[in-house]
Amino acid sequence: MTDGHVLEDKSHFRGVWVFLEGRAGGLRDVSTQLIGEGRRLADLRGTPLTGILPGHGVDALAERAIGFGLDRVIVVDDPMLEIYRSRPYAQVMAQLVRRQKPEIVLFGASKNGRDLGGRLHAILETGLAADCVKFDIDADGNLDMIRPSFGGKSLAHILCKKHRPQMASVRRNVFVAPPHNPDRRGEIVHERVELSPQDLDAKLLEFDEFTKEGGLRPEEADIVVSGGYGLGDPKNFQLLQDLADRLGGAIAASRKAVDSGWVPKTLQVGQTGMTVRPKLYIAVGISGAVQHLAGMQESDKILVINIDPKAPLFEIADYGIVGDLFEVLPEMIRQLDALKGGGVAGQPALPAEAR
Amino acid sequence: MRIIVCIKQVPKAQELQVDPVTQTLKRVGVPSEINPPDANALEIALTLKDRHPAEVVVLSMGPTSFDESLERAVAMGADRSVLLTDRILGGSDTVPTAYALSETIQKIGGYDLILTGEETTDASTGHVGPGIAGHLDLPQITYVSEVRIVDNTVRARRTAEDGTEWWQTNMPSLCTVNFGCNKPRSPTLTGKIRVKRGGVIVHWSCADVGIDPKKVGLLNSPTIVAKVDTIRLPPRAGRIFSGDAKESVRALLDALIRDRVVAP
Ligand SMILES: Cc1cc2nc3c(=O)[nH]c(=O)nc-3n(C[C@H](O)[C@H](O)[C@H](O)COP(=O)(O)OP(=O)(O)OC[C@H]3O[C@@H](n4cnc5c(N)ncnc54)[C@H](O)[C@@H]3O)c2cc1C
Ligand SMILES: Nc1ncnc2c1ncn2[C@@H]1O[C@H](COP(=O)(O)O)[C@@H](O)[C@H]1O
Repeated sequence: MTDGHVLEDKSHFRGVWVFLEGRAGGLRDVSTQLIGEGRRLADLRGTPLTGILPGHGVDALAERAIGFGLDRVIVVDDPMLEIYRSRPYAQVMAQLVRRQKPEIVLFGASKNGRDLGGRLHAILETGLAADCVKFDIDADGNLDMIRPSFGGKSLAHILCKKHRPQMASVRRNVFVAPPHNPDRRGEIVHERVELSPQDLDAKLLEFDEFTKEGGLRPEEADIVVSGGYGLGDPKNFQLLQDLADRLGGAIAASRKAVDSGWVPKTLQVGQTGMTVRPKLYIAVGISGAVQHLAGMQESDKILVINIDPKAPLFEIADYGIVGDLFEVLPEMIRQLDALKGGGVAGQPALPAEAR
Repeated sequence: MRIIVCIKQVPKAQELQVDPVTQTLKRVGVPSEINPPDANALEIALTLKDRHPAEVVVLSMGPTSFDESLERAVAMGADRSVLLTDRILGGSDTVPTAYALSETIQKIGGYDLILTGEETTDASTGHVGPGIAGHLDLPQITYVSEVRIVDNTVRARRTAEDGTEWWQTNMPSLCTVNFGCNKPRSPTLTGKIRVKRGGVIVHWSCADVGIDPKKVGLLNSPTIVAKVDTIRLPPRAGRIFSGDAKESVRALLDALIRDRVVAP
């Protein structure tokens, strides 16, 4: 095994690092959100904030990243780092950490962020908290890493007292991305890390991009109409879309509906999908598993339509209809149209102040 | 080919309850199951075994009550199982867990493919799979829904944020498997008979495997849970309508409009 530094003196470890992920020439939103929270923590600790950007030809991206609030960016440029791969990226991070000894390292809880963090924490033998939603610094200067536990029923405070760096992954969309300031100045440092061709131990054969739905994104909508396994068939999502159109809302889905191949993965709400906080979340034919709740329980108002009065989601409903969605949805659409005097599809029905 | 599947036994999802006194997960008297994504990982292994000559070994670390899940895995079609069970492992976080499972995998030896679930329903970190790959210095492909063996290489379909990817690695390698990517098969009669005959589970202690006691357990885990806050979600109105669809929709829309959630 490698390091295993159980520390007598932790003061050698200084600075906050955030792992930056690029996408289509820009930064992933979770990375800009990380910079915002990283800035706050670095200021609390009185240390600099550094972005880590492995890749190839990424200097312009590094330059841009500084504008979100970084003091410097460490760029590791190598053709072998062109796309994300577990081993070379973990090698790079492990070597940089050993050289420079940061106190805190943050990752986005994206698929690649978790893939990397999981491998790295075992190599470095240090603590890693997953899916954090909040941070604090405790009285001893440790990072208090706060994450949902027991399926979102509580928040656990995780500390890594004896090991450094303290590492955590951060859920997407819980922190707000800071505005970009093009005038902000920072340093770009190029570091070299030895990689050998054997480090390319995985080959990407094919990539099939998800088609982005043209419509309103659930994360941005005031009303989200979400469908579950109760819909029974992909074509019934049209009913959902019809209702969403009347309300000016977006459609989304449970993982079981997604896994059934009914709707694209990009519409999945929940612990392993997106988090939404609309003014109104309408759950149709969704039972209410804890992993689903994790993505929607902070909605302002929750409306549940389910044939089973014992469906757990009713427990957190503001409004509910116990009934067959195939009767309830067409009836809702009919009555909404009647209220609108014929109603124009696609017009939002929210009061202005709620929009 | 030897495939090792790491499975954990977890409290059944619906029964996840926090003990109000100790603030920890209630485990006693709560029905358990194989962590759902691990059952999907086992199904991938068994499907590979249907197509190629393979031995499927199931590995778990935990108390002897985990035998229940290991027996189920064998009844589903796994060849044999190993339970790493030792008091000193209690309270291990993902670092010692990945270390101890790695050492046990090396003791089993001769492996070509290691499968884990994407994450557990009780700890839900997803760190143990990549942690094992890191310890054993293996190629890793995370979040996969399909695995094929082609010309002695592993090909796996991974679900990323922006699309699906097909990756190829040499063997041995490690894949973490998506929940819900297949329908785990049921135990068969022959499988159950094999379990009845006995000898399908071996129990190993840390000493049996050669695990360093100074690297496992609560005290040797880098992270600790300092405290747990119960979330008090704002109370919800809970106005539930039932009966005739027309009537309940009318009552619902009235309420939504009165509460100014939706405009008339
Ligand atoms: C590691 C892991 C991660 C996960 N991540 C997520 C996640 O991110 N998001 C997520 O959603 N899930 C996630 N899950 C899955 C989760 O545990 C549940 O399996 C899933 O949310 C169930 O989806 P559902 O409610 O659509 O289906 P079901 O639980 O099958 O519920 C279907 C509902 O439809 C109702 N119904 C049926 N017919 C009708 C009708 N005619 N009219 C009205 N109602 C009807 C039924 O009463 C039932 O309540 C995850 C699971 C694991 C193990
Ligand atoms: N105690 C354990 N015994 C066997 N496998 C485990 C154990 N803990 C975790 N795993 C494996 O690692 C995966 C990820 O677990 P986790 O990191 O706890 O979310 C699980 O799906 C299992 O396949």
